[in-house]
Amino acid sequence: MNNEDSYIPFIGLEIHIELKTKSKMFCQCSANYFAKAPNSHVCPVCLGMPGALPVPNKQAFEWTMLVGKALNCTINGTSKFDRKHYFYPDLAKGYQISQYDEPFAVNGKVRMQKAEYGIQRVHLEEDTGKLTHSGENTLIDFNRSGVPLVEIVTEPDFHNSDEVKRFLEELQVIIRYLGVSNADMEKGSMRLEPNISLKVKSQKSSFDALRMILSKAEVSKVKSDELPKYKVEIKNINSFKFVKQAIEYEIIRQAEILRKGETPKQETRGFSESKQATYSQRSKEYAHDYRYFPEPDIPPMRFSKQEIEKIAEKVPELPSQKVQRYTEQLKIKLQDALIISKSRATAEYFDAVVKLMPQNAQNVANLIIHKRIKTDVPPEEFAKTARELSTPILTDMTILSEKIIQVIQSNPKVVEDYKSGKHNAIMYLVGLLMREMKGKADAKTVRQELEKAIKT
Amino acid sequence: MSIFGKSIVELIRLVQEKEISRKELFDYFKRRITKYNPNLNAFLTLAEYQEDTNHGELLGIPLAIKDNFCTKGIRTTASSKVLDNFIPPYESTVTQKLLNQGASILGKTNMDAWAHGNSTETSDYGPTKNPWNTDRSPGGSSGGSAAAISAYLSPAAIGSETAGSIRQPASWCGTVGIKPTYGRVSRYGVIAMGSSLDSPGPLTLTVEDAAFLLKVLAGNDPYDATSSDIPVQDYPSIMTQKKKFTIGFSDEYFDGVNEEIKAKIMEALDVFRRLGHKTKKIKLIPPKYAISVYTILQRAEVSSNLARYDGIRFGNDRRSFGEEAKRRLMFGAYTLSYGYYDAYYKKAQKVRTLIVEDFKRVFSEVDVIVAPTCPITALKLGEFKKYPFFGEIMDVLNEPGAVAGLPAINIPVGLDSVNLPIGLQIMGNYFDEGSILNLAHQFEKETEFFGIIKKGLEKYKDE
Repeated sequence: MNNEDSYIPFIGLEIHIELKTKSKMFCQCSANYFAKAPNSHVCPVCLGMPGALPVPNKQAFEWTMLVGKALNCTINGTSKFDRKHYFYPDLAKGYQISQYDEPFAVNGKVRMQKAEYGIQRVHLEEDTGKLTHSGENTLIDFNRSGVPLVEIVTEPDFHNSDEVKRFLEELQVIIRYLGVSNADMEKGSMRLEPNISLKVKSQKSSFDALRMILSKAEVSKVKSDELPKYKVEIKNINSFKFVKQAIEYEIIRQAEILRKGETPKQETRGFSESKQATYSQRSKEYAHDYRYFPEPDIPPMRFSKQEIEKIAEKVPELPSQKVQRYTEQLKIKLQDALIISKSRATAEYFDAVVKLMPQNAQNVANLIIHKRIKTDVPPEEFAKTARELSTPILTDMTILSEKIIQVIQSNPKVVEDYKSGKHNAIMYLVGLLMREMKGKADAKTVRQELEKAIKT
Repeated sequence: MSIFGKSIVELIRLVQEKEISRKELFDYFKRRITKYNPNLNAFLTLAEYQEDTNHGELLGIPLAIKDNFCTKGIRTTASSKVLDNFIPPYESTVTQKLLNQGASILGKTNMDAWAHGNSTETSDYGPTKNPWNTDRSPGGSSGGSAAAISAYLSPAAIGSETAGSIRQPASWCGTVGIKPTYGRVSRYGVIAMGSSLDSPGPLTLTVEDAAFLLKVLAGNDPYDATSSDIPVQDYPSIMTQKKKFTIGFSDEYFDGVNEEIKAKIMEALDVFRRLGHKTKKIKLIPPKYAISVYTILQRAEVSSNLARYDGIRFGNDRRSFGEEAKRRLMFGAYTLSYGYYDAYYKKAQKVRTLIVEDFKRVFSEVDVIVAPTCPITALKLGEFKKYPFFGEIMDVLNEPGAVAGLPAINIPVGLDSVNLPIGLQIMGNYFDEGSILNLAHQFEKETEFFGIIKKGLEKYKDE
């Protein structure tokens, strides 16, 4: 019991995704703040001026529900905003408009390979301003203040850093498929906060045994009882690689503390990229420290069944579904299916071409992956070029026989090499012949005929 | 030509007929303010005259605006030192609508700081005095607005009410004041007090003026998600229709009310009967329950709404908050804290729903409800310090309607033995400001408010 393997990590994720709506969540300011002059996209509302009121962006509602649907959540027919209070210079109003007990979407799941990860909730809130520390001064840029932010909270269903990384990569692709965000880590439009705690392994196995005989509700009850009594959250990590490093660091750190018979502190930690280590920031707040209450400036929202169904219809075929269809129906190699489905544009282009030449799906995949034909032309043109490439070239056998004799005669050394066992030598001669035939010959036929000639 | 005491509807006619220019009218009131304001302290900031190309229904009418409405380029303090140097970069919807109709802003009127109070004494700029008797409070929080018109420093004024802040000062200063249905007039640009309650509205010398101004102010605002898109009634024309109402009154609203006030309300009910209206005794949840509900909800919202005043982007920092604001911040933060939220905020919301249902039930039996506006007439300045919940007690009769979001109008119905005005309120059903204005107008036509408004103005006559 003296190594990390004695503990089972429970890892949950909070992922923030900035929506790429035209305007901000509660005002008319442009939400596209990247690389803009500081405080140039601001108004009384996102600056928290006295008397200013939030008017919600309906596009953001729809996109949040779309994310919820794509993660197999239940969309709530009623939803509301709440005020979450805390003081920080980048928070203009002294509270963030967020969602507390009635988020847009709850109880989802993402299936990946054999694992299934629970999605607790998907809610909508507003982003804060951005602080820049320079020397003794701190500068605030409110361009980001009020940009719509979707928060996705998973269950603590992950048990190692690789699983987390794979899930996040999948999630990023899903979000990009939905077209609601660029989910760009460098630009901060996707931000990650893993929370990690460890449990002694034996307890985990007893839970696994129970899982077999309990109902789902009972499992989740037992599960929360079984979960470690502390949680360490790591704030705002901006790459998958760093998430992996941070989790791995935390697992070792917490295991060391547990081994000493102590319990790690419930806290929020930061991650230093240069040290590849986490560091303590502050003790973690509990939800009740935020004095949540219903946002009185925004009436509660109701969505009819039809409205929710209409949004559900907008969820496109997702990457995992495409991979499944490609491998099962189109008989494409898994590796290729994964590459093709990674971008919605590529996958849809692929689908369009395959529709035109259904018999050659793997061939189309090869052509796209190896960039044999450019994909910036209409699918019809791509299909035409593809067909030409795959049509066998008719070889003029009379000319070929003449050329073979010429080549054998003028390269006696190479012919000797081949005969003495250097099989690769023949490729040189094939090359010469192809050039002589000015490409109007099928390489396979050329080789066959050449070998025949040399042997006789 | 005498301007003194004229209603805005009369002044509009004078401007339209070019009897007087826009500038002359503005200067007339400015001269009066210069003369009387040092004593009354109704105005905190005076605006400069602005030439304006807007021509509309209010062409040339100067108005006093409560200092919690953001006015672009004109200092707006909400009577708190926190905003001592705050000049808003934007215009509230209410003032924008007035300006669009050609009105001009005379200045910003004193109020209880952040609208926390009912006497204008929590103002960081000193109390406003009641023009009827300068030892007395004008009420509040729109005390500056009420005093400004009852001394005719402005022909009409804009106030705002969370629970009583229009009706009660109108009552204590003997003017008309209407608190519209919550959501009827936009809150955009009004420095928030209790966001689920705040309702801007006019204070005027006549019911006709109130109807006229409310028509300009009312309507859906794309900048206020809680503003209603229910069509706005044509108040001035509804006001003059011959209507007969069933008027409800409830014993619960006379509990603890001063005897002189009770008597005047009863006399007013007789006037209504004489005019052919039916009166009917109704049963309502006793108003005292609304005090708890209102106090909890309002302070919770206050503690949240004042969180933005950190001095980082504008104004002074938190050290400039006065005592009352600090008390409310602490009280509100407490009721929203873990373990207390369910016991206070959530419970208050439930009782609020009961109050709403109670009113809905009653409004299926009667058209309007009549009650005293305030249990007493104007108190002496300084009295409020004796009561930590002064505002809530003074507004006990205004809180149920406010909590429910109903419209109500105050009209003067008499004077007490020390010559202070007594106010009666008419509460109406949701978005039916038309009916309460109609009934108030019938009363005004019948009684001319017993000459009370004229009498109040007398002391401030032009020489």
